[in-house]
Parts: sequence; structure tokens; C-alpha cells
Amino acid sequence: MATIAHPGRMTFPQAMREARGAAAAHGLWSWITTVDHKRIGILYGVTSFIFFLIGGLEALLIRINLATPETAESAFLTPDQYNRIFTMHGVTMIFLVVMPMSSAFFNLMVPLMIGARDVAFPRMNAFSYWLFLFGGLFLYSSFFMSGNPFTGDGFINGDFGAPDGGWFGYAPLSLERFSSGHGMDYYAIGLQILGVASLAGGFNFIVTILNMRAPGMSLFRMPVFVWMTLVTSFLIIFAMPVIAVALFQLSFDRLFGANFFNVAAGGTPLLWQHMFWLFGHPEVYILILPAFGIVSEVLPTFSRKPLFGYPFVVFSGVAIGFMSWGVWAHHMYTTGLGAVANSAFGISTILIAVPTGVKIFNWMGTMWGGSLDLKTPMWFAIGLVAMFTVGGLTGVTHSIVPSDYQQQDTYYVVSHFHQVLFGGALFGLFAGIYYWGPKFMGRLFDERLGQLHFWTMLIGFNLTFQPMMILGLMGMPRRIDHYPDGYGWGFWNAMATAGAFLIAFSILIFIFNFFYSLRRGKVAGADPWDARTLEWSIPSPPPAYNFAEIPQVHAVDDWWHKKYAEDPSGRPVPVPAGAAVEPEAQHGEDVGRGIHMPSPSFMPFIAALGMPFLGYGLVYHDDPWLRPLIAVGATLLVTGIMGWALEPATEEGSGAAAH
Amino acid sequence: MAQVAHAESSAAGHLETNTGLDNRKLLMWLFLGSECLFFGSLISAYLLYRDRSVVGPYPADLYDIPFTSVSSFILLMSSLSMVLALAAIQRGNVRNMRIWLLCTALLGTLFIGGQAFEFTEFYREGLHLDTNLFGTTFYVLTGFHGAHVTVGVLILLSIVAASFKGRVNSEEDALTVELAGLYWHFVDIVWIVIFTLVYLVEPT
Repeated sequence: MATIAHPGRMTFPQAMREARGAAAAHGLWSWITTVDHKRIGILYGVTSFIFFLIGGLEALLIRINLATPETAESAFLTPDQYNRIFTMHGVTMIFLVVMPMSSAFFNLMVPLMIGARDVAFPRMNAFSYWLFLFGGLFLYSSFFMSGNPFTGDGFINGDFGAPDGGWFGYAPLSLERFSSGHGMDYYAIGLQILGVASLAGGFNFIVTILNMRAPGMSLFRMPVFVWMTLVTSFLIIFAMPVIAVALFQLSFDRLFGANFFNVAAGGTPLLWQHMFWLFGHPEVYILILPAFGIVSEVLPTFSRKPLFGYPFVVFSGVAIGFMSWGVWAHHMYTTGLGAVANSAFGISTILIAVPTGVKIFNWMGTMWGGSLDLKTPMWFAIGLVAMFTVGGLTGVTHSIVPSDYQQQDTYYVVSHFHQVLFGGALFGLFAGIYYWGPKFMGRLFDERLGQLHFWTMLIGFNLTFQPMMILGLMGMPRRIDHYPDGYGWGFWNAMATAGAFLIAFSILIFIFNFFYSLRRGKVAGADPWDARTLEWSIPSPPPAYNFAEIPQVHAVDDWWHKKYAEDPSGRPVPVPAGAAVEPEAQHGEDVGRGIHMPSPSFMPFIAALGMPFLGYGLVYHDDPWLRPLIAVGATLLVTGIMGWALEPATEEGSGAAAH
Repeated sequence: MAQVAHAESSAAGHLETNTGLDNRKLLMWLFLGSECLFFGSLISAYLLYRDRSVVGPYPADLYDIPFTSVSSFILLMSSLSMVLALAAIQRGNVRNMRIWLLCTALLGTLFIGGQAFEFTEFYREGLHLDTNLFGTTFYVLTGFHGAHVTVGVLILLSIVAASFKGRVNSEEDALTVELAGLYWHFVDIVWIVIFTLVYLVEPT
């Protein structure tokens, strides 16, 4: 660490050498150049949590605006501000919170769970994170771009420059005619950048999972979380190109006057809806399947039983992945596709509930007859099973076309997708944080604070989103910034707003718990939950090389079988002392000395840094002074990629075989 | 470049992969699968908007099928020289690999030149990006394809340059050429689809 001088004062090759030497260091530079999947996972986790707080603040602003009946003038936010805030709330929670937080778990857990030392392409992994960060910052910079961005006067005067066309960006509302200013340009290009980040991650995890499993770890010995990562990654690599094309079309329409969604030229805005939802429905499974994977690990551990019907859980996950491609038009029943199309998509939507239901029953079967250990992660996992069931069932009511005609564009829909995304994805992700967090913090979360967090969040969640279901059935439309007195919506809206603040309070408890436990928490040890999978066989936090010796895998839940044998009646009995592998035993001073890990590199950072410059250049391509930013961005991108291709990947490779 | 990935996988402790496919090769196949959806979406948009332009010029006013057929033929021939380049490096013949790679890059550049000429002609005859749906979908679809060919040419030239710097220069590095070839053939196949659906299917 002491050898790291300021990188700016070195020649380029010196800086490269120093960067490689920084593998064990902890300064800022070591984080910028890291290619270690665990550090990248932590970066993903922390960044997405900060975006979660921002997205949550936006949600509170929305709820303040709707708490009581108001007029457009008396409401807290102006209609224009409201549009921008609710757009950014959706964009943030989907693209900057749930996806990257799932990605954090892919990064942290997948190599550990399959017994690998890193992902297949460590530098591409770093590239993926930096693109996510810069894409998110690019999107959020739009807030300050309405007036003079250097003084921020537009923002201070309440004239936000953010996107205002909803996270779904429906044409023609997203076109220049209805959304002047640059907000939706930021949306189109920002999501494009985030899409590239997701694609890079998707490719990386498929190759890692298919190619880098420890000896003996056949596909059907993989933990279910790894399976769900695989399915999600396949969904990502096939869904992202579709939205990429749609976003290009939107960008060309807005920036260069193309006619994709221009009705006057014969185009149809429905093209956008088809493309968006062809991406969008696989996307909702991209959001939920990682959480399903997490609870499939948590429930068996805390029920002290193997997962009930492992192959069913795996195959139903795969089935959901396939079927998610055939249901997109259920977002478009009221656009006039016709009775045949509506019926076909209605049927496919009912069918996709079957594999999802299979999973729910398998989780209940896992808990049934187990000796439940009700720790915080387990509570969150149970919370997911219960709340997602409510959300899933409201989804089934949407699949019925005539019923959906009534619910379309009401708060019932808002309630439904928050039930599955908050009650499903977020509860699952919090289960993961409490379950696997100690592996990387080295300390356990405080149990009482954790459970307090769970119960306040559960109550807050239900107080927020169940009233919305009633409001929807009472006919309250979505996406309105205010509503008049006299519809009888005031009471339930006030409840929902109170619930939102309770959720915010529960998040404060979590933040306190995190910092408290990081310093004062009980030392976790390698295997605090007496768990089942490989990641618990190594120290907490894991060394850079993960496994001093690559494990040999013999069964599903291999780590459990190394610890426990079965007595004649099938009960687990601990393997006699001495025979069991002590988790800490393989961790000593000299262990791992000869292992060559990939060298740190700042090339992914440089390459990723080019993208927002390209983005600004495109958004302001009319301005001759800002147009050159395109060249700056392209230069950074090409420099980064060339440097990346030319530098050796490991110390080992820097000798004679410097290819 | 081949050894870069080699080193990367050995660092991770797996010289042998579970599938037997090199990490990079699997990555390339996945990337091409993803690209199928990308071009699939662009082509769908084109087909959806066929014959729906409300003002001209229309495809039949502009297409010069013999010209585009020649440039398509040139692109197809580049796939042949790409195969020959791979065959050369697999036998360890670096000189022939360079010749065939340069030949492939040249044919690709000719194709791009033809496209640039075609775009210029169409533009002069009044078809702009914002003229009508045909202009919008045609330029965006063929433009993205052209960008892919351009990237391909740059990759081929980088490999030739690398071969002079002591990188890609033995049969062990054949994988690098093979991956570039996979990409190149894919871009060719996409052009066959585009040429058939966009140019040949009874333009109105």
C-alpha cells in the first residue's frame, strides 16, 4: 500500500506496474482498478443501495403529493416536477436498484458457490460495474441540466431536467413534441449505457457458470441461486438487444428527426409498446428470479432440510424464463390488438403462473416439518413467499382480459407490481443481505434490529400498497399528480403515505444496524448459519483467491454432507471430529501464496468513462461546442479497449509469454 | 490475444473448462445469439413499416439491384477469404494468414464503400432519414449492419497488426482468428437476410 504514489505523477508504464502491485492495497486507486469479483460485488451493492435511497426519497415525494386531495396549484410538487419524479422513481428502482443489487449478489456469490476463484472475464466484470455507475450518474445529471448546469440554477428553481415520460417511455409522449427539453434524451441514452452494462454482466455469468464450476459440480449439483443467475443472464442477453433497438429508434426520432413513432408519416406508437414489452416482460423476471434464487438458499438453511423438490424449482425457473417471452402483450390488452391476440396472451399469462406456483409450494414444502430457525434472513424469505403470493395472485387477475379492462391504468396495477417487486424482489434481496452480508462483513447483523427492520418494513409495505388495491378498485387512475376532494380517495391515500414513511423508517433501522454491526457485531466465523453450500466452507471475509484448494464436489449441498452424515433413521448426525473439514483450517499465512490472480487494471474504467461523454455529445449534438464530446468519448472508449486487449491479464503472463 | 484469455482462465484455476469450449469462444457464441435479437428487432421494424410510407421516394424508385448484388457478392466472397485465413493460421502459416486477412478486410471495405456510394445516391435522390418511413427504417437497419462490418474490418486489421508484434503468429493463436471469423460470418449471414428481405422481396 505504501508503494502507491499518486498515479498522475507517473509515466504510463509505471502507473500500469504500480496498478498491478496494488492488488493487496485498499486505497481508492485499488478500488478503481480492482477486478476481484468480491470487491466489484461490494461496489455494486453499495452503489445500488445509494440509488435505492434516492429512489426511495422520490417515492416519498410522490406520496407527499398524493397524501391528501389537492388542486394542481396547492399540491406539493408542480405537475411537471411530479412527472419527472415518478419517471425517475421507476427508472431508478428497476435499472439502478433491483437489477444491479441482484448483480451484486451474482458477483459476490456465484464464484464462491461454484468453487471458482473469479469470474470468466474479470476485467469485463469491472467494465460492467463502471458502466452501471457512469450510466446512473449520467441519468441523474439530467436533473441539473435544465438551466446552467454549472450553477445548477434550473434545479434550484425547481425546473428539473430529468426524463418525464414514465419509465415505460411510451411514444408519442416520449417524443419531442410532447416532451421538449432533453429529459427523454437522457432516458434513451442513459438506459442504453445501463443496457450495455447488463449485457456484459450477462455474458460473463453465463460463461462463468457453464465453464468454471469446480470438479464434480454438475449442473444439477449447483445451488438454485446459481441456476437462477444462469436463467436471468440468458434473459438479459436476449432481452437487452430488443430494448437497445427500441431506444435507438427513440433516440433517432428525437435527435435526428426519424419517423419510427411518427403517426403523420405512417408510423405507429404501438411499435414502441411491442418492443418495450417484448423486453419488459422478460425484464420483470430478470428482476424477480434472483430473489427467488436467494430464498431458495435461505429457506433450506434455516429449515435445516434440503430444498424440497430441487429439480422442480430449477425447471420451473427455466420454464418461467422461456414463457416470459410469450406474455408481453398482456401489457397491451386495451390497445386494440383484437380478441384472438388478447385471448392467446391471456392464456399464456395464466400458464406462467403455474411454474411460479410450483416454486411457492416447493418453498412451503421446504419449511414443512423443518426445525425452523427464525433468524432475520429467514423472516425476509418468509416475507417474500407470503407477499409475492399476494402479488402473484393479483397478477393472475390481470390476465383475465375483461377484468383487466377495468383495472387498466388504475392504482390496482400500481399495487400489483409493487407487491411483486417490493414484496418479492426487495424482500428477497434483503434476505440475501442479512444471509450473505456476514460472509463479507466478517460480522453478524444485530438480530433484534434486523427483526425490527423486518416487521416495520412488512407493516409499512402492507400499509402502503394494500390501500392502493382498494384505490384502484375505486377507480383512481395511475400517473396523476393530484386528485380532487369528493371521490373518497383521501383516506386510503393518507394511509399509503403513512406506510411509505414507515418503510423509510425501517430502512433507517437497517442503515443503523449495518454500521453498528460492522463495528460491534458478533464475529461471524466461516459458517455462522450451519449452512449447506460451498461459500460457507471458506473464511469470512474470503481471501482474494477464494479457495486455497479448489473443492471437489460430490452432491447437492456438498458442504452440508461434509459436515453431517445420516443415522439409520435419516436424521443428520455430525461427522465425527477430525473427519470434518474445519473451515478455517485451510486458511494460514502461506496458503494461497502460489495462486496467480488476475492483475488490477484501470482500462475498464477508462473504457466505461467514454460512454457518458458519448452520451452528452449525442444529447447536445446541435451545439457545435459540445458536439466534440462524441470524439472525446469515442477516444476514451477505444483507448480503454485497446489498452485492455494489449495488457497482460496476470503477473504470470507478463514474462516471456507477454501476449 | 489468445494467451491473454489463456492466462485469464488459468488464473481462475481452470485450464480445462466444464464444457470443453474456451471461455472466449462461448462468449462469442452468446454474443452472436444476442446480436440475433438485435438485428431481428431492426429487421422486424423494417418489415412492419414496408409499404407504409406516405410520401416517396419509395424503394422501387431507388434500388439498383444489380449494383447491390455485386456488393453483396463481394461481401460473401470475403467469408471465403476469412475461412482461408483461419486455415492458414491453423497450419501455422502466418504469411498466408496475413494475406487472407488483408484480403477479407479489403473486400469488407469495398462493401462499405459500395454502401457509402448507395447512401449518397439515395440521399441525392431525396431519401433522407426523416423523409418517410422507408428512409427511417432503411438507413437505420443497413447503417447498423454497415457499422458492424466496419468494426469487423478494424478487428481484422488489428489482428494483422498484432501478428507483426509477436502476438497472433502461431497455430496456438488460431482461436483469435477463429473468433474474428465467427463474427465476420455472422455479419455476412445477416446481410444475406437483409439483402433478401429488404432488396429482393418485390420492392414497391
